[in-house]
Amino acid sequence: MPMETDTHPAPGARPGGPPAPGGDTGTPHGADRSGRPTLVLVGHGMVGQRFLEALAELGLTGTHRVVVLAEEPRPAYDRVRLTSYFSGSTPQDLSLTDPAFLAGHGIELALGDPAERVDRAARTVTARSGRVVGYDTLVLATGSYPFVPPVPGRDATGCFVYRTVEDLLAIEEYAKGRASGAVVGGGLLGLEAAGALQGLGLATHIVEFAPRLMPVQVDEAGGAALLRTIEGMGLTVHTGTGTQEITVGADGRVTGMRLSDGSELATDLVVFSAGVRPRDALARECGLAVGERGGIAVDARCRTSDPAVFAIGECAQAVDGRVYGLVAPGYEMAQAAAAAIAAAAGTGPGGRTATAPAEFTGADTSTKLKLLGVDVASFGDAHGTAEGSLDVVYADSRSGVYRKLVIAADGSLLGGVLVGDAEAYGTLRPMTGSVPPVPAERLVLPAGAGGPAVLGPTALPDTAVICSCHNVTKGAIRAAVTEQGCGTVPDVKKCTRAGTGCGSCVQVLGRLVAAELEAGGIEVDKGLCGCFAQTRQELYETVRALRITGFRELLDRHGREGARGGEGCEVCKPAVASIIASLAPALGASGYVLDGEQAALQDTNDHFLANLQRNGSYSVVPRIPGGEITPEKLIVIGEVARDFGLYTKITGGQRIDLFGARVEQLPAIWARLVDAGFESGHAYGKALRTVKSCVGRTWCRYGVQDSVRMAIDLELRYRGLRSPHKLKSAVSGCQRECAEARSKDFGVIATADGWNLYVGGNGGATPRHADLLAQDLSDADLVRLIDRFLMFYIRTADRLERTAAWLERIEGGLDHVRDVVVHDSLGICAELEALMADHVSHYRDEWAQTLADPERLARFVSFVNAPGVPDPTVGFVPERDQIKPDLPLLSLGTRPPAPAPAGNGPTALLEGTSAR
Amino acid sequence: MTTAPTRQPAGQRPAPGGAAPTGAAAPAPGPGTGSGDPAGTVHGGTLRIQLLLEDGWRTVCDAARLTAGRGVAVLLPDGRQVALFLDRTGRLHAIDNRDPFTGASVLSRGLLGSADGTPFVASPLLKQRFALTDGRCLDDDEVSVAAYRIRAAEVRAA
Repeated sequence: MPMETDTHPAPGARPGGPPAPGGDTGTPHGADRSGRPTLVLVGHGMVGQRFLEALAELGLTGTHRVVVLAEEPRPAYDRVRLTSYFSGSTPQDLSLTDPAFLAGHGIELALGDPAERVDRAARTVTARSGRVVGYDTLVLATGSYPFVPPVPGRDATGCFVYRTVEDLLAIEEYAKGRASGAVVGGGLLGLEAAGALQGLGLATHIVEFAPRLMPVQVDEAGGAALLRTIEGMGLTVHTGTGTQEITVGADGRVTGMRLSDGSELATDLVVFSAGVRPRDALARECGLAVGERGGIAVDARCRTSDPAVFAIGECAQAVDGRVYGLVAPGYEMAQAAAAAIAAAAGTGPGGRTATAPAEFTGADTSTKLKLLGVDVASFGDAHGTAEGSLDVVYADSRSGVYRKLVIAADGSLLGGVLVGDAEAYGTLRPMTGSVPPVPAERLVLPAGAGGPAVLGPTALPDTAVICSCHNVTKGAIRAAVTEQGCGTVPDVKKCTRAGTGCGSCVQVLGRLVAAELEAGGIEVDKGLCGCFAQTRQELYETVRALRITGFRELLDRHGREGARGGEGCEVCKPAVASIIASLAPALGASGYVLDGEQAALQDTNDHFLANLQRNGSYSVVPRIPGGEITPEKLIVIGEVARDFGLYTKITGGQRIDLFGARVEQLPAIWARLVDAGFESGHAYGKALRTVKSCVGRTWCRYGVQDSVRMAIDLELRYRGLRSPHKLKSAVSGCQRECAEARSKDFGVIATADGWNLYVGGNGGATPRHADLLAQDLSDADLVRLIDRFLMFYIRTADRLERTAAWLERIEGGLDHVRDVVVHDSLGICAELEALMADHVSHYRDEWAQTLADPERLARFVSFVNAPGVPDPTVGFVPERDQIKPDLPLLSLGTRPPAPAPAGNGPTALLEGTSAR
Repeated sequence: MTTAPTRQPAGQRPAPGGAAPTGAAAPAPGPGTGSGDPAGTVHGGTLRIQLLLEDGWRTVCDAARLTAGRGVAVLLPDGRQVALFLDRTGRLHAIDNRDPFTGASVLSRGLLGSADGTPFVASPLLKQRFALTDGRCLDDDEVSVAAYRIRAAEVRAA
């Protein structure tokens, strides 16, 4: 930061005196060395940041030196979502400031150094550090401060306000080990604060002076609906009650409150959230005009009584005489001020995105919030103050839903209140001022009771404001799609800023973008591939419901128009084969993957029940459940590998991989293995691979459960289960987690009382630790939950979507999956369990099945016209006492001279052998 | 699905109007009906699969050995390997068995599909797709494999 241009006055320097020579107060006001005028912004909150972005958009960061003096120790963050800190957001998550943005535009941000004094004559600002910055243009965005009613005891230890991240951290710290808390104020922020206190585990009271909660936004009946719902959550609400005194103990800490009704309320801490007041002290002290009830008076361009000074956001009193405490009007003011500065600087708003209003004359105070999990929205003339207006009301006290629309005499919608279900807000608010396309009574009725006509975004006029935070109209969103080529919601958000404020319009935005793309003939294609327009999940449901057992049947009846009667493709064939295999017992289809048409759908690995390697040879992995194996079986594997000249390697899943088998050798290898009691390990399939285990309680001095037995049980239960992707599992015998269960699709960790089940873990390129699904389960409960979890995954995942990606994609995430598989919220658990029971009872070893069928064995040849001849291009060379593929043989590209006429015996020279 | 490539490397270009063998030797003219013959059963004899090679039509296997939607490999006396396919409509196709991307002789083990009406096989190794009609790679204009004319013919048992 070019601090050298600033002046740090020597002690005794006259405040507001003439500028010191050489300082940046010199030429003539604050111009920097390159002669650019200086713009000083006081305050870096949400509105301040928005103002900086507007400056950048208008090109003013290039023509001006921009200095920001901020009070808080961190750059602008999303104050609206402050409470989300208690549901896991970090202060970094809340940040609105991209460091690259500041750096890229040369903006000098001084954190923790608020402006303390403005000298308008000298055009300087003095910060707390003593730093003096000259300005050509000054913009005040100092925001507001929480109003604390003047009650005795309000400064006691344990009294807080709820405004900044620091307030929140202090409340969190103080709440530790304490039992109760009270919030003074039942408005918007008060309910946020109450939610935070409850989230911290405190018994929470809300004390509101007005006769209802959220008196500004909702009417009496709406407040009553809200009250019932909030009381139902265990909060205690005192409405129509004032706070007379905070009682304080001998140690100076809060002990309780004395209320206006004479009662006393014991509480360990008090949060004041009784409204905010504009922070206009800086302006008052330097003689700027302020409103009667506070707020720096500005004109429609946000200019104060000094044309070089602007004020925006909550510290300003707008030209309509109101002080707006919401972020959306603040954003509009930021735009208006930036546009005015640009106009004065001659850079003008032309050329750039000039959609922002050049003036701010007043704003819509519509709000939609989720407070304590309750949807609350109000918009337009919510209280029906317009003459002749009438209400249309729907109230259901049982479900806590209340909807009121205010309708003018001419039928136009003036405003409304929605409590309990504010889904319709996104479509209703933009209709304000116009006559809705359907009768108002249908707009308030719940779905299924004659309404609501689900008003698609197409019902809205182009002038309707979809995103009120950034004042983006439907027309602008449509233009982004049709003219600027935005094809996705994230693209449109980036391009128009719509949906990047409070986010309440994102759903409507999504529908609008999809509708616009569709209207433009651009299909929003979520289909599996070029053959099917359905997702994998939709195909699964189709196959299940219609009991479709064949790929052709599915393709010809449910495929895309042009793909019907065709071949399908390499994407949908294995995906459909997997769906049919997963559902085979329920469909009455054969579960054997090489049966009939199924054979033609399988990837080569499934087709040959082995893993294709780079030179066209295969590897063979017998199942070793839980990684436990007898010496006799180990010896068999060793003998098979020796006799067929295979390369052996221990896998990560605690089993042994035998490499270098030719197609025609596979049956003979399996025969030896099956005879010794082995079966297929399904290493080739999108299926359960292994259940790894540590040695567990039996041997280990730390083990608390028999992890090996559980791993064997699970592996034998789920072996052969075809799924959207491979499945891996592990069981650890204690919390030391030696089996690395949390890197698995489903992992089990022993506790003293049973088993903890973790799901959605992954190693590989994007590692993810599995999430805890349920704790301290008995053996039977563990198996039941895994049954449900796996079947729900198989049912709803996309093709080749591992559980980790699925869990992150699926709507509602882990909580939803827990609701479904633990709490049976969809009522499908019995069905999921039945599907798994079918799978378990119908399981058969694919290797043994194939060996028993001569016709299928006939497929295991390199050449259909020379069954005994090995592929001459599959060769091996020695390495570290074993074999490896002879890759130069492959890179020749031309074939070696004809070895022998077709039909002769195998050529010996290429046979892989290992030295013995 | 991607669109068909427009360029073929010299020397690999299939004969216009149909599949043709690759290499220096010109295909011997023959009575074959080429790619597209139905492989249904015909009365009074065994249906065999024949490939058109430099010295004429050569029988390589019984039609019964083919499974719709999959391929098999045949070994020619000169060491060449050819992948034969039967698609679900009963059409026969033959291309070189060697996957030019890896060098492995595995194309016969790929999955069949169709894109914009063109039947293809996807290599089981790295999944590149090859048109069964002329051997061109649908995912890389620079690459193609040889295509052969193939037919099913009734041959009296020897």
